[in-house]
Amino acid sequence: MGERIVIVKYNAGNIQSVLYALERIGKQAVVTDEHEQIRLADKVIFPGVGEASSAMAYLKERGLDQLLKELKQPVLGICLGMQLMCLHSEENDTECLGIFDEPVIRFVAGGTGMKIPQIGWNRVVETSSQIFHGIPDGSYFYFVHSYYAARGAHTIGVADYIQPYSAALHKNNFYGVQFHPEKSAGAGEQLLRNFLSI
Amino acid sequence: MITKRIIPCLDIKDGRTVKGTNFINLRDAGDPVELGAEYARQGADELVFLDITATNEKRKTLSELVSRIAHHINIPFTVGGGISSVEDVRVLLQHGADKISVNTSAFKRPDLINELSGEFGSQCVVLAIDTKQEEDGEWYVYLNGGRVKTDTRCIDWAREGVRRGAGEILLTSMNHDGTKNGFSVEITGTLARELPVPVIASGGAGTMEHFTEVFREANADAALAASIFHFREISIPELKAYLNSEGIPVRV
Repeated sequence: MGERIVIVKYNAGNIQSVLYALERIGKQAVVTDEHEQIRLADKVIFPGVGEASSAMAYLKERGLDQLLKELKQPVLGICLGMQLMCLHSEENDTECLGIFDEPVIRFVAGGTGMKIPQIGWNRVVETSSQIFHGIPDGSYFYFVHSYYAARGAHTIGVADYIQPYSAALHKNNFYGVQFHPEKSAGAGEQLLRNFLSI
Repeated sequence: MITKRIIPCLDIKDGRTVKGTNFINLRDAGDPVELGAEYARQGADELVFLDITATNEKRKTLSELVSRIAHHINIPFTVGGGISSVEDVRVLLQHGADKISVNTSAFKRPDLINELSGEFGSQCVVLAIDTKQEEDGEWYVYLNGGRVKTDTRCIDWAREGVRRGAGEILLTSMNHDGTKNGFSVEITGTLARELPVPVIASGGAGTMEHFTEVFREANADAALAASIFHFREISIPELKAYLNSEGIPVRV
């Protein structure tokens, strides 16, 4: 029996992809919304593709919002999961978990002709955390998003789309990445391995 | 800076790749999973799997295949072919597809796009459009794999699709498809300029210069090709190194 990895189940997509990515690196995980299982896990992954307000409503209904904030083991938020760990999202003016202070803001093309959402592979630079261990600064990761977390005190990786923003955040035991490590080929697998070895 | 995406497309029939391939290093190049994994290793940015016989009886075969792909491949992939309902899409996404593409069914019942984007988000809804330039100079939408002409202009349908929630457009020029004379810079450029969502150019890839052209002159966000990759006329590492040397941002 190895360590217990839990993927938080809620009303967001892409959860299955994270489970498969872990399998590819030889790790088994449990997908659950049961408080006890999440609390007892060694590592918690909080994934998601979806919309912020309905996701927060779902988490609150099940008391998962309080539980997630109080976790002491390493927690990795992915995409919407990372955004929900911030203070507030402009997406339907949603109060989020408030683990990170960085606000979540909608991309504004503002005459740049840039497409929204950002879909595709972008570089992550200024990386400064053990979750990027062994991954060269400037490596490419796969992003799909219309909202972004601004740069701030907890930024541990920066991407540039219309303007520089937080590609990754870290505070205490909490980590968040805007990109999808589960879909980011070798770099993504390395990041997941790094997180699991914290 | 976001990179331009290179997307191999695999046509699937009864769970097998349809067009012949020239991959001697694969045990079974007819297996979409093995071929897709090889493309991912070579540096493909995404994959598209088009099920060309997606009848109702085959639906289960397709979802099983999608599940195998999702288990083995570490880059995003889109599944298309015969998708006509929210339920179809739910099953494919639950089996691990990242995006789905709709074509004829969406044209016949445009509300499908609203339903899919409302239920699953625009990021997973790709609107595929087959278009052909007629003698009057206009580009029209074609349906059923290019067999049925409509009187709707490509740009009008693309705009409506985006308004209804399509997150990307996969645009195939029938005038160029299969010619190996290059992508259509004209219609790809029009859509890329007019639409607020990414445009994937398809049809006509024959040389590496054709990719430079569609990225630089038409400002396509991604380019899709099938046979030139399957028959290894162009390898993905070679193509990306070339684009990089041309100053086109690509993931290398």
